[in-house]
Amino acid sequence: MATTADAFQAHGDVPAHSHADDKPGFFARWFMSTNHKDIGTLYLMFAVFAGLVGGAISGIMRAELADPGIQYLGWWVSLMGGEASLSANLHMWNVLITAHGLIMVFFMVMPAMIGGFGNWFVPLMIGAPDMAFPRMNNVSFWLTFVGFMSLMFSLFVPGDISGALGAGTGWTLYAPLSTDIGSPGPAVDFAIFALHLAGAGSILGATNFITTIFNMRAPGMTLHKMPLFVWSVLVTAFLLLLALPVLAAAITMVLTDRNFGTTFFEPAGGGDPVLYQHLFWFFGHPEVYIMILPGFGMISQIVATFSRKPVFGYLGMAYAMVAIGVIGFVVWAHHMYTVGLDVNTKMYFTAATMIIAVPTGVKIFSWIATMWGGSLEFKSPMVWALGFIFLFTIGGVTGVVLANGGIDDALHDTYYVVAHFHYVLSMGAVFSIFAGWYYWYGKMFGRMHSEFLAHLHFWMFFIGVNITFFPMHFLGMNGMPRRIPDYPTYFQYWNNVASVGYMVIAASLIPFIANIIYAHTVGRRAPANYWGEGATTLEWTLSSPPPYHQFETLPVIEDHHSYHDHMPRDPGVATPART
Amino acid sequence: MEASRNLRTGLLAGGIALAMLALGFAAVPLYRIFCQVTGFGGTTQIASEADAVLAERFARSAGTRPISIRFDASTARDLPWSFRPVQITDRVQIGERDLAFYTARNDGDRPITGVASFNVSPASTGKYFHKVQCFCFTEQTLQPGEEVRMPVLFYVDPAILDDENARNVEQITLSYTFHEALEPAAGTSGPAAGGALRSQQAS
Repeated sequence: MATTADAFQAHGDVPAHSHADDKPGFFARWFMSTNHKDIGTLYLMFAVFAGLVGGAISGIMRAELADPGIQYLGWWVSLMGGEASLSANLHMWNVLITAHGLIMVFFMVMPAMIGGFGNWFVPLMIGAPDMAFPRMNNVSFWLTFVGFMSLMFSLFVPGDISGALGAGTGWTLYAPLSTDIGSPGPAVDFAIFALHLAGAGSILGATNFITTIFNMRAPGMTLHKMPLFVWSVLVTAFLLLLALPVLAAAITMVLTDRNFGTTFFEPAGGGDPVLYQHLFWFFGHPEVYIMILPGFGMISQIVATFSRKPVFGYLGMAYAMVAIGVIGFVVWAHHMYTVGLDVNTKMYFTAATMIIAVPTGVKIFSWIATMWGGSLEFKSPMVWALGFIFLFTIGGVTGVVLANGGIDDALHDTYYVVAHFHYVLSMGAVFSIFAGWYYWYGKMFGRMHSEFLAHLHFWMFFIGVNITFFPMHFLGMNGMPRRIPDYPTYFQYWNNVASVGYMVIAASLIPFIANIIYAHTVGRRAPANYWGEGATTLEWTLSSPPPYHQFETLPVIEDHHSYHDHMPRDPGVATPART
Repeated sequence: MEASRNLRTGLLAGGIALAMLALGFAAVPLYRIFCQVTGFGGTTQIASEADAVLAERFARSAGTRPISIRFDASTARDLPWSFRPVQITDRVQIGERDLAFYTARNDGDRPITGVASFNVSPASTGKYFHKVQCFCFTEQTLQPGEEVRMPVLFYVDPAILDDENARNVEQITLSYTFHEALEPAAGTSGPAAGGALRSQQAS
């Protein structure tokens, strides 16, 4: 029987020892988990681990790039058991950039945002007891995990023509570099297999989210009363569902070209390598929105919470994400302006790409308008969110520059592009992940983090990423190409600065890790709603951490509840501020 | 019931994913057809003798302007052929048929079957560049040391003069790249296009 959200609160928290909190033993709980919160936690731990691996790889890259010449690659080749030579060193470089890209995209950002925060908070925010298909949820996680294993394994088998280890194709796996012409060894097969597994896991996860959000919302929770984070995950799930199978098709064709004698991408047999790029970017462009949309959702929740105001223009915010998702499917060729597109095609893709700035602008301005006149509190999630808005906007501006087919002819494959996509990902996506991390840490794990350490983490990371990535704009505009380990001394100064910035980023992980230790040693127990009256979504009606099985009686969203007010009306709790 | 409703939604979503997977593979023939129909990426057209006669008649009566054709030749990395055009450029009247020759010599010590990929530049002229006959329609097998002259019979469609993106083009570059055919060299020549499968070669 359903009860109202108001009555739900009257019941109080579920008693600690009711059967709602019966947990299975360690192995069954963490390896055979069907609980959305446990799977979310697994995803988050996995993402932190993969992020550390991917970040360490970028450390090797920044060390190598700090000065002209090749300093460290030979050492890494020897460490992996190879024989250092110029070609082996250069291949090692390709392996590093490939691993860094694939890990960060498929095994850090996506698991953290969709698998981690999505799993944790979509059911809680819509008032559902769990995901629609809990067992499939488990399959999704472990597919992602073995995908990562497959990618790691590829580092230890031969890749390039000379038999040097690892897949050195870049995360894009362009043919013919990724076919048996450029990479005859089995490393690329394992890298492709990793993407198959992670992709299958993500498609199953997307199916799960769509079903959960469409069918399992609490009574009265209409689509237009859903929190924006749930909207963002819904749009993301559709992008995954439409984009990832195309990647699966493309890399399967690469796989059969490599192993079974087909010639999908081989001109000698009537194939066309440019077709691979079309297929890849038909997936790849929606993929960049897959990586940022859940971040948009989290930032909306956080900005509203710490402004103690409903988000400005709720419907505009929701449908801006839908618009970004839709337009994201028709702009892919702006990644391939230099393959020989004619001027009309470039004109279309330039115009279509720039149109994306409109819904994105709607979101940026709505966040600012949400803060305008609000009762701002600069708690750690809020400063990460502000950092996100500032830095993502910079990345958006350079994106509009690169959208121009003519300008891109000069900037294509330079460090300007590297600077652009790190501003939107390494700052956009990652800042939103950290914002969500500090916003929900106490809710997820029941212990409060240290606000001081969280702020310290923020400032070190903020300064570090800007020192690292801002100079890359200068390098790119001066013509430094990406994907090279060596460069003329002309580029030394700003490369050196960027490498110093990397050390600041790496040091910022100390307060991050220390904060986790702090929370679980001296951190105080988190109350149900530790952010106060600005936090108005259903997860704040539950204890921290929530009971193992929540919402045994479904909350009801009543007529007086708006999209920014799912809280029960309790005389003891102040009514959320309305404007 | 809740469970069957979830199953239906889940299966529907799975169906969408499978449809997109199928679309990914369907992109291969669709892209080929798209390029052939629109001349995208400088894909040239195939014309019949009758089309060529019509275009030529039009060109004579309308007095179209001349256009320069540049001939370009290259070979894939591992193909030991010398392949070059006999003439660097030709000047033809738009609509008029022209016969150009390339020569190819097998510098290797074994018989090699080659197949040519081709396009024209600028890309916007692809749909107006009509080939009536071309050595690129078939595979070519050369014995060691053998040298052949290979013809291409083509014309530029007068419709190019009505296309604002192509009518000011003064020179069209016709480019060929020879690759080693992936089928084992069995006959002297065979159909080149369409063969998606090949046997594995140790190379």
